[in-house]
Amino acid sequence: MKLGQFARGCALAAFAGCALATIPAPLFAQDRPVAFTGATIMPISGPALDDATIVIQNGIITAIGKDAVIPEDAEIRDAQGKVIMPGIVDTHSHIGQVSGADRSAPIQPEVRAMDSINPRDSSIDKARAGGVTTVNVMPGSGHLMSGQTFYMKLREADTIDALAVRGEDGRMLGGMKMANGTNPIGETPGFPGTRAKSAALVRQAFIGAQPYCDGREETRDLAKEALCEVMAGERLVHFHTHRADDIMTALRLREEFGFDLLLQHGVESGDVAARIAAAGVPVSHIVLDSPGGKLEAMNSRISSAADLERAGVLVSLHSDDPIIDSRMMLRQAGLAVRGGMSREGALRALTLNGAMQLGMEDSIGSLEVGKDADLIVLDGDPLSTFTLLQETWVEGDLVFDRSDPEQAEFATGGAGTTSQGRSMHHLEFEAAAMESDQ
Amino acid sequence: MSLRMKAIGALSAATAIFALAAPALAQDVAVRGEIVYTMAGEAISDGMVVIEDGIITAVGPTSDTALPDGIRVMTARVVTPGLIDAHSTVGLAGYLNQPGDQDQLESSSPIQPELRAIDAYNPNERLVEWVRGLGVTTLHTGHGPGALVSGQTMVVKTHGETVAQAVERPLAMIAANLGTGALESESKAPGTRSKQMAMLRGALIAAASPEKPDDGDGPATRNLQHEALREVLNGNVPLMVTAWRAQDILSALRLKEEFGIDMVIDGAADAYMVLDELREAGVPVILHPPRARQYGELENASFTTASTLSEAGIPFAFQSGYEGYVPKTRVVLWEAGVAAANGLGTQGALASITSDAARIIGMEDEIGTLEVGKHGDIAMFDSDPFEITGHVTGVVIEGVVVSENPR
Repeated sequence: MKLGQFARGCALAAFAGCALATIPAPLFAQDRPVAFTGATIMPISGPALDDATIVIQNGIITAIGKDAVIPEDAEIRDAQGKVIMPGIVDTHSHIGQVSGADRSAPIQPEVRAMDSINPRDSSIDKARAGGVTTVNVMPGSGHLMSGQTFYMKLREADTIDALAVRGEDGRMLGGMKMANGTNPIGETPGFPGTRAKSAALVRQAFIGAQPYCDGREETRDLAKEALCEVMAGERLVHFHTHRADDIMTALRLREEFGFDLLLQHGVESGDVAARIAAAGVPVSHIVLDSPGGKLEAMNSRISSAADLERAGVLVSLHSDDPIIDSRMMLRQAGLAVRGGMSREGALRALTLNGAMQLGMEDSIGSLEVGKDADLIVLDGDPLSTFTLLQETWVEGDLVFDRSDPEQAEFATGGAGTTSQGRSMHHLEFEAAAMESDQ
Repeated sequence: MSLRMKAIGALSAATAIFALAAPALAQDVAVRGEIVYTMAGEAISDGMVVIEDGIITAVGPTSDTALPDGIRVMTARVVTPGLIDAHSTVGLAGYLNQPGDQDQLESSSPIQPELRAIDAYNPNERLVEWVRGLGVTTLHTGHGPGALVSGQTMVVKTHGETVAQAVERPLAMIAANLGTGALESESKAPGTRSKQMAMLRGALIAAASPEKPDDGDGPATRNLQHEALREVLNGNVPLMVTAWRAQDILSALRLKEEFGIDMVIDGAADAYMVLDELREAGVPVILHPPRARQYGELENASFTTASTLSEAGIPFAFQSGYEGYVPKTRVVLWEAGVAAANGLGTQGALASITSDAARIIGMEDEIGTLEVGKHGDIAMFDSDPFEITGHVTGVVIEGVVVSENPR
């Protein structure tokens, strides 16, 4: 990105980012160290440690190991019989009643998920109860480009500003949601009727933004600005794509326009795993209980995550909440193991691999000294059906505690944990779009 | 089973000769398990189940159980009765989710009890194979949500190339639906909950008296709708009322009281709010899948409802239900597993998809437990059945091995 372009980007972010970066960060609630002792600790970045200790302070992991030194003033939490692992990184979710583009056009890179998320929605509490600590919240897949995604840490907070993940310059981070295949195709005026038209519209949009990216257009254009960020590799493309040929189309577009790509869903990605691996492109995958429900999911298999793992693809597993409830992520990872994925690989796919895909591996995704104190406390094997999540911690704060009956409701459902269907906006929209296609 | 045996009996002579030439009958097999959950008494350590001609002829410790000569012996860590999905739309609702494979709902009229499930079931539907591989040997399936009385349900085995081969009960229940999911749009009736009940009561009253000839003598014109509802009024089959909210469950119970009919409450997201009423009415519950999405009429649903019903002594079973989108069907093994982890435990969860489910769908004399004289329907596992990382290693239906690749 050229200097002028950066200045423009910073101006764009004035309300959201650059200005806020100068506001002092709130004092960490957790300035007294907390030590979890006697736990089985699964750091993910290394082998599991039995009867070990992890110490956190000021939102950061300060010590970990069998011989970790416990500060004198530390609050000791006996974690014998418990398993502690990093908080889950959900690389594809629709919590918070998120929306994005409207039906006026198929390509709307200027819309931002952050402007639609309701941070008070109970779906966010439920995600905390499921052990999710970092989320890529995205608009839906009914468009070729439905808007900018929002990377969110599930801190105990209720504003977008306080939930945001920020870059070094203070800007709120997120990617760009794109989609191909049948979801964006439809009768709506301006929307594509075929796959070829879908690709042509996307190519035209990128090509049309080139002069702007080169600084040859003076008038500020939010849509082109975002497209330039994508082509400059500053905004990761989250590409909803299922069928093997649609996956190959996404790879072809990446080749042509040079954007960073994360394949999203990839129901048939296991069938072209070698090609995806050769392209060096990661996959954020979904494991489903049964095939079908839409044509593109007809070849869904629980073994495709294992196929991707074997091919050497960097694979994460996501919820696509509400397709899979955020509280079922460990369970879906178990299903991937049932389909042949290694246990270690499945746990990495819920944590470190997602962190790497979002470019956040320096701060989250594993339990290492210096990383964010994002962790979950389980009463047994993370991949056992019978294990219940007890606690979720984000940056040193206890954000979910099953021992509190009011919070326990968020772990099971029950009265008061929903929002009159508003959080289902995305699913309703997709289902309605599918019906209109028929 | 009688229907299918008739169908098999009608096969060509060539098939019969082929069967005679085989060393053992195709429907003979023995299954040995490190743990055998018979669901009729204590689990057996190192147990054996012997199936001959499709029927269980012996169950007991391996050391005490004699094997017929030449019988194939399969082995597994854990052996259970074949699983029962107590309410599904699988076979009517297909996996492609396109108009051509969605026969669970006919929306031309709100009350159509005359729609037979046997006329819509596709035994070769891929979802049937899918759930069979995951241990389901019996489906109570049929017409779905979306209409006040959507049609009939039936009981099938997940095996057989035609509905005649698969069917156990051609008419199991009549499916009714209350609440917002069964309201019609615009100015069509029913547009309110009150209207739903008024229409349902009216339909039952209209069906109560036999048809009279138009001219006073001669044969009366048959009325298929009335005939179907009379099956309910005469106590031959229950009315299965899908009701999610407490108020709709109570409306259904009022209907039962008024007409003195057998009833099964289905869905029942709010069941834990009306425990006393359900217990007093003596109705069983076919409970929603625990992972059914908790929104709209299911906003009060909980993973713990099953354990609450269990503690309250209300009989219940799990269903895969109806899914309108992805994933196209739930799997009762995995749904019961969520309940198992949320207070129900392995035994209780297993009962809800075997013995208790058999009772609720009226099949307890044939299936649901491993006992001599019952159908040789078996599921095999390489771990606790509910461990999500484990596998179903084999499935047997009436002595026929229908799946033996780990799933």
